Amino acid sequence: MVTYILRRFGAMIITLWLIVTLTFFLMHLAPGSPFNQERNTNAAVQKNLMEHYHLNEPIAFQYLSYLKSLLHFDFGMSITQPGQTVNGLLAQGFPVSFELGMMTLVVAVLSGVILGVLAALKHNGIIDYLAMTLAVIGISVPNFIMATLLIQELAVHWHVLPAATWSSPKHVILPTIALATGPMAIIARLTRSSMLEVLTQDYIRTARAKGLSPYKIVVRHALRNALLPVVTILGTLTAGILTGSFVIEKIFAIPGMGKYFVDSINSRDYFVIMGTTVFYSGFLIIMLFLVDIAYGFLDPRIKLHKKEG
Amino acid sequence: MALKNVNEDETFSDHVSISIPDHLFTERRRRKVEAEAVVRPSLNYWQDAWRRLRKNKLAMTGLVLLIILVVLAIFAPIFSSHSPTKQVLTDQNLPPSKTYWFGTDALGRDLFARSWYGARISLFVGFIAAFIDLFIGVIYGGISGYKGGKVDNVMMRMVEILYGLPYLLMVILLMVVMGPGLSTIIVALTATGWVGMARIVRGQVLQIKNYEFVLASQTFGTRTRRIIRKNLLPNTMGTIIVQMTLTIPSAIFSEAFLSFLGLGVQPPYASLGLMTNDGLSAILTGYWWTLFFPAFIISLTMYAFNVLGDGLQDALDPKLRR
Repeated sequence: MVTYILRRFGAMIITLWLIVTLTFFLMHLAPGSPFNQERNTNAAVQKNLMEHYHLNEPIAFQYLSYLKSLLHFDFGMSITQPGQTVNGLLAQGFPVSFELGMMTLVVAVLSGVILGVLAALKHNGIIDYLAMTLAVIGISVPNFIMATLLIQELAVHWHVLPAATWSSPKHVILPTIALATGPMAIIARLTRSSMLEVLTQDYIRTARAKGLSPYKIVVRHALRNALLPVVTILGTLTAGILTGSFVIEKIFAIPGMGKYFVDSINSRDYFVIMGTTVFYSGFLIIMLFLVDIAYGFLDPRIKLHKKEG
Repeated sequence: MALKNVNEDETFSDHVSISIPDHLFTERRRRKVEAEAVVRPSLNYWQDAWRRLRKNKLAMTGLVLLIILVVLAIFAPIFSSHSPTKQVLTDQNLPPSKTYWFGTDALGRDLFARSWYGARISLFVGFIAAFIDLFIGVIYGGISGYKGGKVDNVMMRMVEILYGLPYLLMVILLMVVMGPGLSTIIVALTATGWVGMARIVRGQVLQIKNYEFVLASQTFGTRTRRIIRKNLLPNTMGTIIVQMTLTIPSAIFSEAFLSFLGLGVQPPYASLGLMTNDGLSAILTGYWWTLFFPAFIISLTMYAFNVLGDGLQDALDPKLRR
């Protein structure tokens, strides 16, 4: 277990380093510079600006100094928003994105599991068909379309919920639903198929023969095993929710990290691009890692230190 | 008599035959022939899978929908009397009518021609990206799985690292570096997209290479390349096809997503994602058709692929069926 964690930790550091390197050089290869947007800046001002942000130094030097500051968790300064540190921007944006992401994850997992279990228990019944139709629709309709439909119907047409921004709990509902339908559908389908499989197992028959209540059979015996596949895809789902939040944050005008990421790319704000990418990737890699560890604990049959295959 | 007939014995055969009329023997012989006759034609793997798929109503709906969508995407822009990019300034924001079947947008462009032109681009991106993923993924996964040992270890470490990269972040960065455009989208989508296919092919190959028929081939001294091509790949085909029907909609989704963010196909060319983004203003203006048609076509395409993919999975992988 310990060796496995250490090995994975090493791989995480390498992945993160690779991402930093890749992003750094890709970003500098991109045409344009952060100062293109500045109106009426003459050559001297441009040169001063370049010097101020050390952008005139050799690229290798910039790269090394950036790596060095990363070791201190210092993401540098924003170029297009003078006076703002990237750390500051992340500290502003991350809690909002995190709240949206966590809400989405909770809603998606809860509703997905409930739908999946109901569908499996009423296999080939009306509830099963309804739940699976809902799931297929959830997978087929992209989240940005779901978001616009929700705004159109619930906010503009019926005035039930606010259409945009992020100030009260009411504002959280629509973006969460829009972002959660896709993952919910995936979880519902997965839960249903693994639940169907588990319900045919001998130990379920034994539990039934012992006279356990249906509730106990489902929750204590079946669900515990049926949920393992769901845990494995939580990592990838988190990634999907993270990237999905770019577009959802844009549509609902939510002041989260996604906005900074897209804006910084368009304005070539080098340090903000680097900061958000590294932060996102780091967060994602840690999530994937935690999911794997959790999986090892939940299913004692999986031996983490053994290589698969 | 009947009893004797069943217990036919050579020693009694002479004197039994005297008492039994001839027609009884012919009767029995014919029955035997019938019992061993192959009534149904023998089916190979693909015919069998097709038979199963045809029984699956939902999957067939998906297949038919998909064929209709592809045909419309190819031919509708050609036969439409309107151009997808031509702006008719007097015909702005017209609702669906006889001349403009899907209405027109804020610049007076025909949404029918534009939607199907966009669908063509989306489908094109989806298919090409999936085929490139297939090509790289199968070769990489095949070699990794077949060679095993150290080669496999190193190749899979690389895949693991690529798998850890946040997919869309990398795609967005690549789009920025290479400049927006159709070929950029395809390169960006496939740069990290082949990893999933490689992992799946490797897993399958690892399993199949231990079967006896592969050992037999190896004993004959068949070359590695031939073993992979003739013995291993045909047996992984089912899984590969299922994976492809999942890759195509996810590529279509990514393209729409990028275009929606303004990083994909650039105006004046149409793409369903771009059109959905244009249609966003419909929420306030009430021109519902500018949003509805592109959104509906994307959703329908994704639906068709997903349903067909599910059906194919059931049809091609009988082991998983229950």
